[in-house]
Amino acid sequence: MSNAPHIEVRNLTLGYGDFVVQRGLDFAVNQGDIFVVMGGNGCGKTTLMRSLVGLQAPLAGTVLYGGEDFWAAPDQEQRRLKRRLGILFQGGALWSSLTLAENVALPIAETTGLPPGQVGEIVAFKLALVGLAGFEDFYPSELSGGMKKRAGLARAMALDPDILVVDEPSSGLDPLTARRLDELIVELRDSLGTTVVVVTHDLASILAIGDNSVYLDADTHTMIATGHPREALNNGDAKVRHFLTRGES
Amino acid sequence: MRTEAAWQFESRPAADNGLEIVLRGRWCIAQQPPVAAAIGRIDDTVRRVGFDASGLIDWDSGLLTFAAGIGKLCKERGIAFDTNGLPAGAQKLLAMALAVPEQDVTRPAGRTDLLGQVGEATIDFVRGIPPMVNFLGEVTQSLLRLLSGRARFRRSDLWLEIEQVGPRALPIVSVISFLVGLILAYLGADQLRLVGAQVFIADLVAIGMVREVGALMTGIIIAGRTGAAFAAQLGTMQVNEEIDAFKTLGIQAIDFLVLPRMLALMLMVPLLTLYSGFIGMLAGLVVSVGIFDIGVFEYYTETLRALTATHFMVGLSKGTVYGAMIAYAGCLRGMQCGRSAEAVGRAATSAVVTAILLITIAASIMTIVYYQLDI
Repeated sequence: MSNAPHIEVRNLTLGYGDFVVQRGLDFAVNQGDIFVVMGGNGCGKTTLMRSLVGLQAPLAGTVLYGGEDFWAAPDQEQRRLKRRLGILFQGGALWSSLTLAENVALPIAETTGLPPGQVGEIVAFKLALVGLAGFEDFYPSELSGGMKKRAGLARAMALDPDILVVDEPSSGLDPLTARRLDELIVELRDSLGTTVVVVTHDLASILAIGDNSVYLDADTHTMIATGHPREALNNGDAKVRHFLTRGES
Repeated sequence: MRTEAAWQFESRPAADNGLEIVLRGRWCIAQQPPVAAAIGRIDDTVRRVGFDASGLIDWDSGLLTFAAGIGKLCKERGIAFDTNGLPAGAQKLLAMALAVPEQDVTRPAGRTDLLGQVGEATIDFVRGIPPMVNFLGEVTQSLLRLLSGRARFRRSDLWLEIEQVGPRALPIVSVISFLVGLILAYLGADQLRLVGAQVFIADLVAIGMVREVGALMTGIIIAGRTGAAFAAQLGTMQVNEEIDAFKTLGIQAIDFLVLPRMLALMLMVPLLTLYSGFIGMLAGLVVSVGIFDIGVFEYYTETLRALTATHFMVGLSKGTVYGAMIAYAGCLRGMQCGRSAEAVGRAATSAVVTAILLITIAASIMTIVYYQLDI
């Protein structure tokens, strides 16, 4: 075990071509933290997530996992690092030609080589954990948006990843389902020590589960480090307080 | 790290007909035993299942999967399931997993025998006909609205479609028409040589390309190129609920989406047909002059003698009809598309198949009718 932080972002610049979305991002995520990336619409939250998980190369800067530079690593090393990540996409991103059970089973079968019966047992447990027991044979197109999201989470945590990256977990969910999802994320962290990076602008969720956070500002195209969200709400930067109180202070 | 033994468990009887499952070692995902390994130990006399995890070294979802499987079984058999012996974190996650009861959402069984499948396919086919007729009616109404000037769509869409369908299809139409003209010329030369009338290659190629083959080839190319694209575009819009958005705004999706595509094809396919005919004749000329020693001027005059305005009209009419059918098939399948990536693929495939089928049927009917009418 190295002493380097679990995930470290150094001087990261994100953008498309000449268009810079965010620059100078610097933060570290400790193991077992629930780290919240917050900010208004279009501030680059999802772009940041994409470069954390290896989908979009940053324009400059580095992303380090346990001290290892992800974007400088050779392909094989990148694949190994990616296997430690579980990702929940905004819309679930379930494979539409596969049933829920097959969606969750695919990563398990691909990496473990367990016999189908035992893969099925793991799948049943993961789906039960997100409250979808019994929906194994449904196709994603037959599910509501909230169910897709929960199934996406079941797939993201199929292999007990070290790091769970979650994009907008509560968008499109009713408050109770959103809360259940939050509880599940906290429970996964507590029990399995999973590090969670949550990209969200859901205030209830930010305040309920966040241990640490950054705020990405859309106007200045840079971040404001905020620490614990409650701390930020009480005596943080004015912009962040404005955001966390829905503009009421 | 891996020197410790992997999972180990044994069971021992406990008080009140209980069974205690003793867990040792590492219980990690992909290394846990199947649930069935424990089920054998839970016989009919067992009224309570508990755990002793004091020998557990490390655990993750592997343990949870195992315990959840036993928990489910206990629930089914009405046996008390006690998780107190498990690590605290595992207890909480198990409670979450077992909190929501399994939904009883039975689905119709999938497989049927061969005869049943044939029957279902036939029923599906027959059921598919009324929507096709219905869509034909909607498109006709839309065309009528266009004629009376009440159809609403963006003119820029029409120009965009025309550009996509027409000029951008020129390269592929050129290549295929040239090669088909070449084949026709060779085919004719071989037969006409027997009667020493090789100069009539010009007649064969000119009339063949302009009346039939030009339109047919263009139709098939455009069906594959544009018909499939229409189905995929509209199908994706269906997936994104864009078509529903039109409907809720009271905008006729047919006018807005289908009409420009229909018009573009009805205008462009006849022009491409004409172009295809000329390219085919060019190929005939090259073959006749280069291989069969017919003079350029001779070929030219023979072509002029053979071609009449009627042949052009026949070719153009066929092109227009084929264009309409490609647009009809592409838009029909796109509008019928389901809400998944797979459905979009099916829509595109089905659009091409439908278009080619319709084109072939129309070609046969028109050829026979024109022959009977002596056109």
